[in-house]
Amino acid sequence: MTATLAILAWVPPIVGHPFMRNAFLAGTGIAAGCGAVGYFVVLRSQVFTGDALSHVAFTGALAALAAGVDLWFGLFGATIAVAVGMGLLGRSGRADDVVIGSVFAWMLGLGVLFLSIYTSNSSGANGTAGVSVLFGSILGLSAGAAAAAALIGGMILAGVFLIARPLLFASLDEAVAAARGVPVRALGIGFLALVGLTAAETTQAVGALLLLGLLAAPAAAAHQLTTRPFRGLALATTLAIGAMWVGLAASYVFPSVPPSFAIIATAVASYAGASALHHASSRGSITRGHRDGTAAPRSEAIDV
Amino acid sequence: MTVTLFDYPFMINALRAGTIVAVVSGAMGWFMVLRRQTFAGHTLSLVGFPGAAGAILIGLSPAFGYFGFCVAAGVIIAMASPPVGSALYSEESAVIGSVQAFSLACGFLFVNLYHGNLNGLTNLLFGSFLGITNGQVLSLLAVAVAALVALGLIARPLLFASVDPEVAAATGVPVRSLAVAFLLLLGIAAAEASQITGSLLVFALLVLPPATAQVITARPLLGICLSVVLGVAVTWAGLAMAYYTPYPTGAFITTLSFAGYVAARGIRTLSARTGTGPAPMREALT
Amino acid sequence: MNQTRLDAGFDASTSAEVIRTRGASVRFGERLLWSGVDLAIGPGTFSAILGPNGAGKSTLLKVFLGLQPLASGTVNVLGAPAGAARRRIGYVPQRGGYDRTIRIRGIDVVRLGLDGSRWGVPLSALRARRTREAVAEVVDLVGATPYADRPIGELSGGEQQRLVVAQALVRRPELLLLDEPLDSLDLANQAAVAALVQRICRERGVTVVMVAHDVNPILPFLDQVVYVAGGKAVVGAPNHVITTATLSALYGARVEVLRASDGRLVVVGTPEAPALHADRHAG
Repeated sequence: MTATLAILAWVPPIVGHPFMRNAFLAGTGIAAGCGAVGYFVVLRSQVFTGDALSHVAFTGALAALAAGVDLWFGLFGATIAVAVGMGLLGRSGRADDVVIGSVFAWMLGLGVLFLSIYTSNSSGANGTAGVSVLFGSILGLSAGAAAAAALIGGMILAGVFLIARPLLFASLDEAVAAARGVPVRALGIGFLALVGLTAAETTQAVGALLLLGLLAAPAAAAHQLTTRPFRGLALATTLAIGAMWVGLAASYVFPSVPPSFAIIATAVASYAGASALHHASSRGSITRGHRDGTAAPRSEAIDV
Repeated sequence: MTVTLFDYPFMINALRAGTIVAVVSGAMGWFMVLRRQTFAGHTLSLVGFPGAAGAILIGLSPAFGYFGFCVAAGVIIAMASPPVGSALYSEESAVIGSVQAFSLACGFLFVNLYHGNLNGLTNLLFGSFLGITNGQVLSLLAVAVAALVALGLIARPLLFASVDPEVAAATGVPVRSLAVAFLLLLGIAAAEASQITGSLLVFALLVLPPATAQVITARPLLGICLSVVLGVAVTWAGLAMAYYTPYPTGAFITTLSFAGYVAARGIRTLSARTGTGPAPMREALT
Repeated sequence: MNQTRLDAGFDASTSAEVIRTRGASVRFGERLLWSGVDLAIGPGTFSAILGPNGAGKSTLLKVFLGLQPLASGTVNVLGAPAGAARRRIGYVPQRGGYDRTIRIRGIDVVRLGLDGSRWGVPLSALRARRTREAVAEVVDLVGATPYADRPIGELSGGEQQRLVVAQALVRRPELLLLDEPLDSLDLANQAAVAALVQRICRERGVTVVMVAHDVNPILPFLDQVVYVAGGKAVVGAPNHVITTATLSALYGARVEVLRASDGRLVVVGTPEAPALHADRHAG
């Protein structure tokens, strides 16, 4: 009881500051979209695609900055374009891990080149733009930017809920779904576009380097905690929002802790906790192994 | 007498350090690419970032942090992971993604705590050649020699275990122990490479030169030598470019080694179409 | 066995036919996969599509589903052009098994067969109850009730296969198409799933068409065989089609059909590889 009161005592100071209000507004929308998209990213084993898109976000944003254009063009333009491109190219070619990793590394290298160009050109800048792209800048959002971020996040959330059922079907049973008239390929591409949009959105909050944590960890936690798909979807969204709130509050209480660290740490902790819970509860039950001759589990080469 | 970059002691040290690192990475990386553990290598080096930043925070040289964290992570991954060549399930990808994000987040926290600036952050993440002392060169050399000797000892059974784990195990090769030992060595290689290319870009030295070598030839000894030569070449060229421009080392080394890899793949594809050229290591499909 | 029913279906132009093709052919680019396929499948019958690898058996199923267009000829399924009557067809495609770490319940996978193609998330409470009942009923039919609540990735191959059959049945289709459902199962599970499909066919009057690599687990249940090889197809009763004479004519090469001592059929001498219809999954 006293703990709750102690926590509640922080609320007025937090919402008293405009920058915190903006951060919570934007953060809630961003986290909601991220958690929902993340649920399907984990289900469809597309975590490495998310990783690739986070690197694209970094490079795209910095390319825009280096070219003197608004950050947002590069950020959103690059991620969505590359995401859709990956969707169109996918399936017809499975790239192996060396190729993917090499492209990641090359893009990061390009990104840091753009970063250097930008910081050496704008001699007045103290490099905060670079750090913002890398590690987020949620406490520096204006009211307008925060509202926009919340709106886009909400749209992402709505988009996921709209396609949830056929996407679930297509993810689990592609051939049957296709036979049933589900537009599997279009859904896959559309979903990747959503992932790209989410990557760009989430970069504002926790930065390109860390967004994978918010995309994967709450979703993976949800997968550990429940096997019912729609509950899992809701849970992933809730956990992501929770991590955002806890992280923002923690960074308010401890000013030397950057918010992106706190948010990601909370998200990863929730995953660790969920895993521990799951393993503890399943250790008691008798696990039936694959006794009889079975189909080999579908091995997943790193396939975007 | 014109002043060249060789006249500056810090550049000499950078070249020495770069050469040592390239040799280790070329050799270790060759096995890593063979064993399809490139993402393990990437994750190991990312874990080094908070190690290095943490070391700076408590007043130590970043090298301690790199080595300590990378090697520890290597051991942990070795203990926890399934055998070579097994596919990544959705759960495992989520774990790796979370570990990567958390490592980077911790590193960022530490950098903030010691009030590091963007430059310091960039150096840790993307590499730097400045300020490498004689002492650092010596420690890099010592560790490299030890690691390479160890690799030389286990090279043949490791090759066997990597290519054909079941047959190797059947003939008495300790596949699991070799896997653990290799990940330990890989941690060392990742820590070394990070000090030149930064934690995010070790792919440039650990993966790309070896992968290029494997595209060119399937023969192990020749491949390892080629991998080392390519690594040293891109490191020297990258360091020179970084010297003359204000851009980070890692960016150049990455771009050069990536270009080399693409060129090798391109030539291989063309010669395959015309029916010439030696057999490549692995028919990686695109 | 069901000879009279077979004859009636085989040579008929009865309107009760479930599937009818005339002169059907399929082309992949330059390559003509098969041509001149005439077949008729009557209601409530159990047919198998057999043949060597690469002959185009799965493609024939996809033609019935309307997923593969014909290069020439016609195909009618359930009285309409192929693809029009999708809602009345249950489909069990070839699968590699679910990823071991997928944490979705078997019962939810079955449920997708009912409403998976509808947009949005399930909201109506009334529909939820009816859905639950329909799903529970079909899960019970396939005997999967004890483990349907467990994550599908944790189940064995035989258990997963029952659930995917349930998924195909949950809409009460008139036609059930299965693509090598027994392929990755051990002998005991092959027999069990084959018996299950047979039961569904006879008790529910569902027409079953199954692509199989090995005819033996289902041989006792079959009304009709469609044997695809060498770009052509032969249709008829099993003991007419799976004979040395018929298959040699079909392959255009000397092929022998042998009956092993335990009654199993073995086909040897096919041009691709000796198609051993037995012992594929032994051990």
